[in-house]
Amino acid sequence: MNNQKVPLIHLTKRKALPWYAAFGIRAAAIVLALIVCALVTTLLTGENPLQIYATMFAGAFGTPRKLWILGQQIAILLCIALALTPAFKMKYWNLGGEGQVLIGGLAAAACMILLGKTLPNILLIPIMLAASVLAGAVWAVIPALFKAKWNTNETLFTLMMNYVATQLVAFFIIVWESPKGSGKIGIINQATEAGWLPIIGGQKYLLNILIVAVITALMYVYLKYTKHGYEISVVGESERTARYVGIKVEKVIVRTLILSGAICGAAGLMLVGGTDHTITTTIAGGRGFTAVMVAWLGKFNPLVMVLTSFLLVFLSRGASEISTKFGLNQSFGDILTGIILFFIIGSEFFITYKINFRKSAKKEAE
Amino acid sequence: MEEKIAAVQMRDITKSFGKVVANDKVWLDIYRGEILALLGENGSGKTTLMNMLSGIYYPDEGQIFVDGKEVVIRSPKDAFSLGIGMIHQHFKLVDVLTAAENIVLGLKEPGKLDLAAASRRIRAICDAYGFEVDPDQKIYDMSVSQKQTVEIVKVLYRGADILILDEPTAVLTPQETDKLFAVLRNMRNDGKAIVIITHKMHEVEDLSDRVAVLRHGHFVGDMLTASTNAQEMTNMMVGHPVVLNIDRPEPVNSKPRLEVKNLTVRSIDGVLKLDDVSFVANSGEILGIAGISGCGQKELLEAIAGLQVVESGSITYLGDNGETEELIGKDPLQIADLGVSLSFVPEDRLGMGLVGSMDLADNMMLRSFRRSRSIFTDRKSPRTLAEQVVSDLEVSTPGISTPVRRLSGGNVQKVLVGREIASAPTVLLTAYAVRGLDINSSYTIYDLINQQKARGVAVVYVGEDLDVLLELCDKILVLCGGKVSGIIDGRGATKRKVGMMMTKLGGDSADE
Amino acid sequence: MFDIVSFIPRAVVQSIPLLYGSIGETITEKSGNLNLGIPGVMYVGGICGVIGSFFYEQSCGGNVNGFLALAIPILCCLIGSLLMGLIYCLLTVNLRANQNVTGLALTTFGVGFGNFFGGSLIRLSNADVPSIALSATSSYFSHHLPFADSCGWFGKIFLSYGFLVYLAFIIAFVSAYIIRRTRVGLQLRAVGESPATADAAGINITRYKYVATCVGCMIAGLGGLYYVMDYACGIWSNDAFGDRGWLAIALVIFTIWRPNVSVFASILFGGLYILYLFIPTGMNLSLKELYKMLPYIVTIIVLIITSMRNKRENQPPESLGIAYFREDR
Repeated sequence: MNNQKVPLIHLTKRKALPWYAAFGIRAAAIVLALIVCALVTTLLTGENPLQIYATMFAGAFGTPRKLWILGQQIAILLCIALALTPAFKMKYWNLGGEGQVLIGGLAAAACMILLGKTLPNILLIPIMLAASVLAGAVWAVIPALFKAKWNTNETLFTLMMNYVATQLVAFFIIVWESPKGSGKIGIINQATEAGWLPIIGGQKYLLNILIVAVITALMYVYLKYTKHGYEISVVGESERTARYVGIKVEKVIVRTLILSGAICGAAGLMLVGGTDHTITTTIAGGRGFTAVMVAWLGKFNPLVMVLTSFLLVFLSRGASEISTKFGLNQSFGDILTGIILFFIIGSEFFITYKINFRKSAKKEAE
Repeated sequence: MEEKIAAVQMRDITKSFGKVVANDKVWLDIYRGEILALLGENGSGKTTLMNMLSGIYYPDEGQIFVDGKEVVIRSPKDAFSLGIGMIHQHFKLVDVLTAAENIVLGLKEPGKLDLAAASRRIRAICDAYGFEVDPDQKIYDMSVSQKQTVEIVKVLYRGADILILDEPTAVLTPQETDKLFAVLRNMRNDGKAIVIITHKMHEVEDLSDRVAVLRHGHFVGDMLTASTNAQEMTNMMVGHPVVLNIDRPEPVNSKPRLEVKNLTVRSIDGVLKLDDVSFVANSGEILGIAGISGCGQKELLEAIAGLQVVESGSITYLGDNGETEELIGKDPLQIADLGVSLSFVPEDRLGMGLVGSMDLADNMMLRSFRRSRSIFTDRKSPRTLAEQVVSDLEVSTPGISTPVRRLSGGNVQKVLVGREIASAPTVLLTAYAVRGLDINSSYTIYDLINQQKARGVAVVYVGEDLDVLLELCDKILVLCGGKVSGIIDGRGATKRKVGMMMTKLGGDSADE
Repeated sequence: MFDIVSFIPRAVVQSIPLLYGSIGETITEKSGNLNLGIPGVMYVGGICGVIGSFFYEQSCGGNVNGFLALAIPILCCLIGSLLMGLIYCLLTVNLRANQNVTGLALTTFGVGFGNFFGGSLIRLSNADVPSIALSATSSYFSHHLPFADSCGWFGKIFLSYGFLVYLAFIIAFVSAYIIRRTRVGLQLRAVGESPATADAAGINITRYKYVATCVGCMIAGLGGLYYVMDYACGIWSNDAFGDRGWLAIALVIFTIWRPNVSVFASILFGGLYILYLFIPTGMNLSLKELYKMLPYIVTIIVLIITSMRNKRENQPPESLGIAYFREDR
């Protein structure tokens, strides 16, 4: 009689799940998400879903050129995500990746424009590297200083720094515009290729990919095996404990954000010096935000983040192919990415919690 | 009592969290006009059982009857409508709201929100039972005992006549405890049913009419308080006979180790926390520090450990060979290197000293990881240390790779104290080392502290249970509002006297 | 010369999307949910209104009924933003997902959704029009108060706006009243400050979080609708809404979680947003780009100042950003 008043569902926290079960849940979420995405696409285009998947794969892997683009985009996204990871592990919500990349790129472009005629590449490129790393670090460390000193909300601070960076780039674009009146900077040093990163192995994107591979490995070791990495974890988990054992929390915050910004700055260099050879206000292209997802979905583990960045880039490449093929707007990719993110984010719940149906109520629950 | 119907009957109540069975087929009766003491060690399931009565948890199995009728309590709201109210150990109050706002929170009174009318009712309740509450005061401006009063008024405001108090005296001074007990007796005489959860034997004897004992989630039995005694209750609680005396060996070879002179400390917002505090801690002695909560104990220990900015004064460390070191101005690591070790157990146990999500081995590293020159952390010796602490202190854990958050309170404390002792300190600072621990674990900790004393360590023991301070410490320093109210010998001091010293200076606001 | 009479109305119309966004986010945050999806929600609110009104205008040819021209987009906008709110709540309240990540995903989705339909609506519906220009609908939205033109500068500054502007002010003051003075407001604040306490007091946490977040999203969605229908004269262009959603979130901190203060703060921000148009820079176009930084820099300065004045009442709701699980132990 009183069964109907008993709560049907009851949640408890799980003990750690075996890795394969957790992996299985995430895989199931992705499969479900892909099905939903296909349904949405079918509704909008009237194509059959299998055709849509085929198009996505073709978009991502179809030709060697597409493969290289895929690799390049993974590399840049992963690089930014790696940069943000130590900050996030410290529970410092650095949403300023976008601005830090932009400023890094701006610094590289400035060197190319101002010094390109006077210095040989062998001097110019190290200077560009130093400039962009420094610029990114400075951009990241400003909010960090205030966070350390007054606990200023870093989420919004870093976010606002993005827009300040965008305007700064917009300002310099007009200052350096070429040709005059076009409102943009064309390819910088097209003739001399001064400040262009060298092409190795005949592949334009190979160098970037290799650099990011090295950063990934280093970051993994840094977080897992060094004292700095350990300090970051302690500060992230409990600031009071960190202070109690004598860790200087302010110092850790500032140091970590310098690192974070420096890597973002390097990503800016790779974009400007390595691939685009110009600078625009949209050069980061929202990757500062996508990288947050990459890092979070990868549980701040650099190796897993390789997979998550692959997943997100694959989706956006695939979706962009769909939009081209079916004459849809490029933003279609964002919708699909959003849907898939919702599923993955939601799936974490089933890894952390266990749903128990009450014995007495089981019949009603089913 | 024979012909009375129980206000609450709990039958065959079972509740488990994952694999841990917190309550296993528990029976309990609660009567009106009676104060029931629910006694049990930590982890025996007292709080869980009462949480099911107040709607926080939902039982896996079993039945609850209120006034003879079976009821289902799914939420605190259900509990309130049955007249059941619980005062939790961690107060459930919203800091930025006023007392009155907190009290009316969640009520479905008809019409507009009328705080003035609520304040009048609150004052009436206070007058009836002898409370003092300012309805317009913000919670964050209140002392612990004021907050507790607000909690009790909140429950009464809702018309509860079955009151559950979870370890209500843990944070009160003896005087405040007496006041609380007087109020509780008033309420009992008014016909209310009162349950207090506790593991303090003298409170049971002092206050309760009946006592029910839980052990490891099982109901062991209940009896009238008048017909039993502390030894019998303890034996029931622990399951085997326990000796209730704390050792206090005579100090040997003691000499000054730490000298604090005219220490003055202000909090960030400029409030005077310590005012001209001076004392000497000797090696081979336990110096107890007594005081109302928040009257400078925390700041004192943190100042010694280098975690607190000091306004003036000096803290001198006296080495074995007569050398002296000034601690003020040194950073926590340098101080720790001298052998000054702080094991501070704050209210939430994991808030300071340990990192909840890290495993035992990683927590062992917290103290030592910076000692090596390498940029990499040494992962091996912490593992060895963790294994050693687990076996020496009988920490019950699935393994050293278990996050400490998953351990029970007593085991967390053992891990913390074990790590601090492992660094072979010359000064051991402990605060609330046994807070929330059951009898067995508490005695393990007392033994550990006595061992350190025997090793010649100068122990500073900040405690809240005066009975323990009086039995364990060689000297007791009493703080009152940040000032030293007096330093007395532990042998021969009385609880009354210490209690008076705790409130003598100022004594009006425990928040100072 | 600095023309204050034309500056203020322009600042006000700039401020309204920010105001809607910040009221919505304030209500949401009061329940302890930090919704970084507001920028996405505002895009969705705007585009849903556009879609509704586009199909309505298409279906009825030239004869647009005034009531329906208003009711359809508003309803579509509210439904669209409500759905966004529901997605957010499902993920963060029921599934206890990280609020920052969920919010960012919601923004990605929402902005994509807006731009996608903004760009593809015509193709998808096989309509025979060159671009989305809902001038008929827009004229209803931007209808001035009747005597605005006859009152000189007074009319220009106070009366020259569409009804959504006045609605925003009303919502701001009403929601401020509800939060501060009513039982519902008290309980909402308790949920955001300390869900465990509110839960123990018998308040339904899930319901409060859901209602606050969804109402917040719907209010924010109206900001998107106002932008496209009134401010942009019914013309959708991709990414035109820009970063206003983020500024709206920043405004919440700026106003220390008070919608009534937000009315003035958002006008200030609106003014900063367009100040560059009023500062003579001569031929130097690049300087204008620097002036456009103003709102962001002011936000940063305000963030710093509020964090330095560390007063207890000025803090965010204590549980902001944290999912609540009753049996956490």
